[in-house]
Amino acid sequence: MKLSKKHKIIIYGLLGLFSLYFLLPFVWVILSALKTQAEVFGFPPKIFPKVPQWHNFVDAWNSQPFGTYLMNSVIVTVMTTLGQLISCSLVAYGFARYDFKYKNILFVLLLATMMIPWDVTMIPLYMEFNMFGWINTLKPLIVPAFFGSAYYIFLLRQFLMNIPKDMENAARIDGANEFQIFFKIFVPIMKAPLILIAVLNILSVWNDYLGPLIFLQDQSKYTLALGLAAFKGVHTLQILPIMSITLVMIVPPVVVFLFAQKYIVEGTSGAIK
Amino acid sequence: MFSKSKKASSYQLVSRKVPYLFISPWIIGFLVFTLGPLAFSLVMSFFDWPITNAPTFIGIDNYKNMFTADPQFYKSLWITLKFAAIFVPLNLVIALILALLITQPVKGMKFFRTIFYLPAVVSGVAISIIWGWIFNSEYGILNYILSLIGIDGPRWLIDPKWAILTIVIASAWGVGTMMLIFYTDIKGIPAEIYEAAAIDGASPLRQFISITIPSISPTILFNVITSVIAALQQLTLVLLLTGGGPLKSTYFYGLYVFNNAFKHHHLGYASANAWFMFIIILVLTMIIFKSSSTWVFYENEVKKEGKKKK
Repeated sequence: MKLSKKHKIIIYGLLGLFSLYFLLPFVWVILSALKTQAEVFGFPPKIFPKVPQWHNFVDAWNSQPFGTYLMNSVIVTVMTTLGQLISCSLVAYGFARYDFKYKNILFVLLLATMMIPWDVTMIPLYMEFNMFGWINTLKPLIVPAFFGSAYYIFLLRQFLMNIPKDMENAARIDGANEFQIFFKIFVPIMKAPLILIAVLNILSVWNDYLGPLIFLQDQSKYTLALGLAAFKGVHTLQILPIMSITLVMIVPPVVVFLFAQKYIVEGTSGAIK
Repeated sequence: MFSKSKKASSYQLVSRKVPYLFISPWIIGFLVFTLGPLAFSLVMSFFDWPITNAPTFIGIDNYKNMFTADPQFYKSLWITLKFAAIFVPLNLVIALILALLITQPVKGMKFFRTIFYLPAVVSGVAISIIWGWIFNSEYGILNYILSLIGIDGPRWLIDPKWAILTIVIASAWGVGTMMLIFYTDIKGIPAEIYEAAAIDGASPLRQFISITIPSISPTILFNVITSVIAALQQLTLVLLLTGGGPLKSTYFYGLYVFNNAFKHHHLGYASANAWFMFIIILVLTMIIFKSSSTWVFYENEVKKEGKKKK
């Protein structure tokens, strides 16, 4: 299919317009973060800083325990990703490769949990974690991940359904037990969807604000998202540090996305069907 | 031969427990982190449950108060439905336009796909800060640009009339996820169908209406449902961008429940609020599903035909 020149101009015009909406806010934040205090509040606004103030990043970083926040974010992100990979692959394998009593009911239940609004469970969960003595620790953010997440299980199961049954039957005849079959045959096959759910989990946990907001109290336990929001809440007019830390916070997910784009694009297809 | 049948029978023996072992993490998690809290929340909704004193059973009073004695309940519900009514169609249309654009056979599409998806990986905290700075009525760049072309920009986040629109614009920034879902679906439509239509003289618009839309209608359904649910639960951006203000003009339902629970400590009442939201979500999802039989076209037929051709 070839397009006429007129069509091409229209398409590129639209692409350009939309790009402004998606890209300019990032550019403006970067430019703002590099200005001096006078420049950032000046009128009329100058687009470029006269001299880029790279030290803004260092100043901002040192003004609050952002190092601690970063460490907490990293711990939560790494641990939950580990938990999701282990639990979701086991559960998805169980649903995809076996027939058992109540399987369909259980699977529908699993899908149905995706519709439960967060508002309904947040209060009892808070009380439950309080009872466990987990409030103001990272545990409420980490432990549930070791019990799987409906959407990731669903994604993995869709993938596993498409693999012929001969795989495990051949291995069974060779004397492999069920967990050997899972680890030695299926885990390697699942590499691409496992990377996908790792990426999705990294993005959602790194960016999570509400979980940390409810379960954490001391600054020393804050994640980066919560720490940044709290800083912004107190120092509304400290635009330079706010912009600098925002940029720092954006970098990891953007990098992860750029590297894993292929998995996200491919994983999105067929997820719904 | 003998060993084979022995293995097969021993497999039959283990297999009854083994599947449950595999899914046991989810079953435990479901009981402890979903079903338990869900049931407990329902119980709480029938109690007056302050955070410090002992709870007292009050029957359906929480629900009664909500419907008869709390004007904020209706206000928040109305604001949220208004937001959903603007946000869902807008998001859907933008996502579809973007998906169509990046499936065009011209150079550089991967680059644009990346740009359009980029904001979807950014946290709500960052989004609220970025857009809060752009919409800032004193120092914001947006009103400065508007002033250059002679428009006196509104005080976006301070004016009750405009605040909800700022939240729509900031939320729509994350449209990339939905775009990607449409994109992979549109790419999956067999090219032969378009070629056949083009030979028959169908215009691109005609092809879009008669081929693309029906082929992706199940995906449209999926996206409508997920974005309605997301819109009803919107909280992070409201909390950080406007805090519900100005004059409670963005006091969304999610924020209403959140504040009733964690600010005013009416845990029983907030549970009743939350259950009402849950029921609304269930009902809306059911209505959308029911209506879908009239406009969603399941592609089994197309797929079969496509396969035959290959």
